[in-house]
Amino acid sequence: MVADQLGLRPSYCDVVDLGGATATGMIWRAAAAIDAGACRSVLCVLAEGPDPRLGVRSPTWPALPNSQWERPYGSLGPNSGYALAAARHAYLYGTTDAQRAKVAVDQRTNACANPDSLFHGTPITVDDVLASPLICDPLHLLEIVMPCFGATAFVVTRGDVAAHAPHPPVRLRGFGEQVAHSSLMSMPDITRTPIVESAARAYASAGITPADVDLLSLYDCYTITVILSLEDAGFCAKGDGGPFVADHDLTYAGDLPCNTHGGQLSYGQAGLAGGASHVTEAVVQLRGRAGARQVPDCGLALVNGNGGILAEQCTLVLERAS
Amino acid sequence: MSGDAALPPRPIPEASPYGEPYWAAAVDGRLVVQHCPRCNRLQHFPRPWCTACLHDALDYVEASGRGTVYSCTVVRRNPNPAFAARVPYVLALIDLDEGVRVMSNVIGCAPEAVTIGARVRVCFEATDDTHAVPCFTLDPEGT
Repeated sequence: MVADQLGLRPSYCDVVDLGGATATGMIWRAAAAIDAGACRSVLCVLAEGPDPRLGVRSPTWPALPNSQWERPYGSLGPNSGYALAAARHAYLYGTTDAQRAKVAVDQRTNACANPDSLFHGTPITVDDVLASPLICDPLHLLEIVMPCFGATAFVVTRGDVAAHAPHPPVRLRGFGEQVAHSSLMSMPDITRTPIVESAARAYASAGITPADVDLLSLYDCYTITVILSLEDAGFCAKGDGGPFVADHDLTYAGDLPCNTHGGQLSYGQAGLAGGASHVTEAVVQLRGRAGARQVPDCGLALVNGNGGILAEQCTLVLERAS
Repeated sequence: MSGDAALPPRPIPEASPYGEPYWAAAVDGRLVVQHCPRCNRLQHFPRPWCTACLHDALDYVEASGRGTVYSCTVVRRNPNPAFAARVPYVLALIDLDEGVRVMSNVIGCAPEAVTIGARVRVCFEATDDTHAVPCFTLDPEGT
């Protein structure tokens, strides 16, 4: 449909749906298709709009074959699923509400330096997060993404083509993917995500370690997601994510810049395009075009997409073109 | 079997063919777990085959109905009419003593009384005349 609208006749066409990991999953698949000789350049499009008949957002949490095991109990899907993970993390490791809230606060600081973010101009404090209504204990309203509408597109192409592009290219240096469960009941430890495997593969293929990373772009549907991602991508030990985010500055000016566009928590989550914002922000930062929120000397970015309830993970290492 | 007449009925489980024995047992007040006679493994939720050995003639064994809360959350908002009147309610993952994990509600107590590690025991709540769902209550004496 997109190809026809644009008048294109592609030699390779694919549909990717890995939930929040769709954007990162598209990029290495596009690179693999190019390497295989199926095409020269790939246009990746992520768009999700309202259903005009309903006047509301199209459903993104469809009835699945195993929903019979959750629906009768009032499962809310993501909200209650991530809350169960956050509760278990707090039980096992003593992670506090204030530590999780710090993630939302730092990302809001980033959003206040990004005019394109939904919550530009509205800083918040840890107390604001803790004073916002509990939705699913222990998660508060301000620990949960803000849904919005939008779309993202990017082009993946060969180095020789990119060299003549109007914008400085960014290189895909490595990637890793891991898909696990569908139901949370199938996840042996709900505080250990498949990012353990996807990030390890990304580091190995890129030949880097976490210490080499200048910028983190971590899928953030909830505050707890960022904490679990930092642990499982090797930035701190399992269980130390709470104290780790409290002790580090995750803002664009900090010692561990993370989700410098504001993340979905403050930039907004435009359906499937939500996870693409982590990619486009990394590209903008690596190009040195992030304006007021530019991370100095940003050469290497780790981008993680997370789909389902901690189920589908795809991690990329993106590098500034030299 | 109990059902609170003051509350709107829960959504009826939309049973897949391989889920029907589980829900039929619940109507009889029994909690069952799918079992592989070939490799003797238990699994939940029910599937067309054993995920360990792919054997596809599985049976069901009756569970003790006792378990431990693996994680829990208090749901405070749910726009679904069936649950809007139930908030706040406890959604939990429960490790049955038989070794499988189920999602359910812990009912019959203040939501804040439910904690991770708490012992629970199964009960059954009717959704209509022909359906029931396994729920759990706190079982402080449970060992």
